[in-house]
Amino acid sequence: MSGNNDYTQIDNLLREDRMPHIWCPGCGLGSVLHSFLTALNKSEVPLDKVSVVSGIGCTGRTAGYVKLDSFHTTHGRAIPFATGLKLANPELKVIVFSGDGDIGSIGGNHLIHAARRNMDLTVICVNNFIYGMTGGQVAPTTPLNARTSTSPYGCFDRPFNLPKLVTAAGATYVARWTAMHVRRLEKAIVEALLKPGFSFVEVIAPCPTQYGRKNRQSTGLAQMDYYKENSIIKHGADTKDVDIDLNGQIVIGKFVDIECPTFYDLQTEILGKTFPHMSKTQAEEASA
Amino acid sequence: MAKKVGMEGSLAVSEAVKLANTDVVAAYPITPQTHIVESLAEMVANGDLDAEYIPVESEHSAMSACLGSSAVGARTFTATAGQGLELMHEVLYVASSMRLPIVMAVANRALSSPLSVWGDHSDVMAVRDCGWIQVFAENAQEAHDLVLWAFRVGEDTNVLFPVMVNIDGFNLSHVTEPLLLMEQADVDKYLPVNKYPLPLHPDKPVTMGAFGPPFIYTEAKKAQEVAFQNTKETILKGWDEFEKVFGRRYSPIETYQADDAETLLLTMGSLSETASLAVDNMREQGKKVGLVKIRLWRPFPFEEFRKTVKNANVLVVLDRCLSFGGPGGPVASEVRSALYDQANRPKVVSLIGGLGGRDVTPQNFEYMVDRGLEIAEKGSDSEYEMIGVRK
Repeated sequence: MSGNNDYTQIDNLLREDRMPHIWCPGCGLGSVLHSFLTALNKSEVPLDKVSVVSGIGCTGRTAGYVKLDSFHTTHGRAIPFATGLKLANPELKVIVFSGDGDIGSIGGNHLIHAARRNMDLTVICVNNFIYGMTGGQVAPTTPLNARTSTSPYGCFDRPFNLPKLVTAAGATYVARWTAMHVRRLEKAIVEALLKPGFSFVEVIAPCPTQYGRKNRQSTGLAQMDYYKENSIIKHGADTKDVDIDLNGQIVIGKFVDIECPTFYDLQTEILGKTFPHMSKTQAEEASA
Repeated sequence: MAKKVGMEGSLAVSEAVKLANTDVVAAYPITPQTHIVESLAEMVANGDLDAEYIPVESEHSAMSACLGSSAVGARTFTATAGQGLELMHEVLYVASSMRLPIVMAVANRALSSPLSVWGDHSDVMAVRDCGWIQVFAENAQEAHDLVLWAFRVGEDTNVLFPVMVNIDGFNLSHVTEPLLLMEQADVDKYLPVNKYPLPLHPDKPVTMGAFGPPFIYTEAKKAQEVAFQNTKETILKGWDEFEKVFGRRYSPIETYQADDAETLLLTMGSLSETASLAVDNMREQGKKVGLVKIRLWRPFPFEEFRKTVKNANVLVVLDRCLSFGGPGGPVASEVRSALYDQANRPKVVSLIGGLGGRDVTPQNFEYMVDRGLEIAEKGSDSEYEMIGVRK
């Protein structure tokens, strides 16, 4: 492969001056970031229109590693920041790239409201079932019975099923893959990037240091083996059936891909040409 | 006989929380306080501490859960740092206004942006007016002791205010130091059972936090202010009793080589030990330098402070926090204000340093004294100076 068709050439999208990165050996974030950047190339979205927004945590570091317009926000606030960015400049392709602790916990309220509005954002949520950076505490995505530093005998707090949550809230594209399914993940991210409205891609990823070590998957490879053995592709699966149990089956695939007017569509329809902040071209495009 | 152990500052805090037989811990992970609540979660899971550990989804929820548990009369603890403390902000005011004696350890951390997990005092200074009793610890022993003291003072029916124990992030939270672990029997002697006078209880319903229209809001705040000023007596008594039981003495303002000092350094928290090394060096050089440490930050001990510094010529204040466009660091501004009306008072020099985990060495303190004397003599064209800035 060479030239313009070599989508896997992502060097130009990484800030080499920020390397080495902080991610542990065996972490899934490198693979997920590679899939994302490859997908970005493939989607042919103009790079000068791309903005990557992250919150806090290991995944949140992504904003600092990409050679793109990026913003590292406070904990949980990546989605509201991205919403402001998108509404102020609707021409941008705004991607939120953050972790389960950031998006599903402290920022959980923003997640459901962005989905409810069908805000035109792509959210890539890397779910490692734990708060990795702060030392492996129990998170709202930790499977029942999983051990963490704050649930030493197992978690007894029922976890979120994130695809179900965002589907119920109104997301128009919902997929889940693992860090092992890099090609399919890449394809899903391309679809998500090109989908108008709120698209959500959950990526199950290894955290051997904090999660695997305490749950009999002590290396990144062991966690990848687990994904390989236990992932079942079920496109169109009802998201209420995609709960993840400790070391149990992981249902992956594209669950939701529906058409719905976006926030911007409805705003344009209702406020129409009287909406003072909307340029003529944007109003025409939106109503076309 | 208390046992001498080597212990990390964070664990010194959680050991005190355990010894206090705390009922509820609600917390969210944030560096650098995480070891405190992690170890508490483990104590609860192991059955060493009979408490509810609530792994909430944010700091805002942590403090809100603490309000609930404290309102039913449960002994309540949480810990946070930096951004987490700021996310709690609105709830902190509710805790103090509802007179809920929550105890919180803050592993002081810088504020974003840029993102920094390292230590300074920007977090606590942003909540200094929230009506909590606030103290600073200098080492792991003090962190251990002050947490126990905080429960005793906060829950005293003459007080009923939440208490914040500040321990410098990393410098205290992550450093292992020798300390005397308190004995359970002594703790039980020192800390009575929490008897919150008006808890939420279905048999005797009360309403908390109801609407306060203009005709009553001012009076409510006046009542809170009077009650807060009146905490001082119990605060001091808490330290007197502490000395009787445990043999260690605490005071609102503490000093080192300050009696005959012409120039005084002023610090809070873990940098005080570093500053005392600098004082030793300068004393050897024949310089009459001393150190003043503010232990009790709220309510501010005006009387003790004025008395301590009145004979000095120059008071050099190190703030680990910026007040952008203000009259100096928050501590320097306050002490300047506290001294303004005094006949005998030192000149106050405001220096800012140790931000975002930047080391402050004994040499830096020696520079501060020299620079402070220079500014005091010749004046300066700015209200404050930042030290240690790389050009």
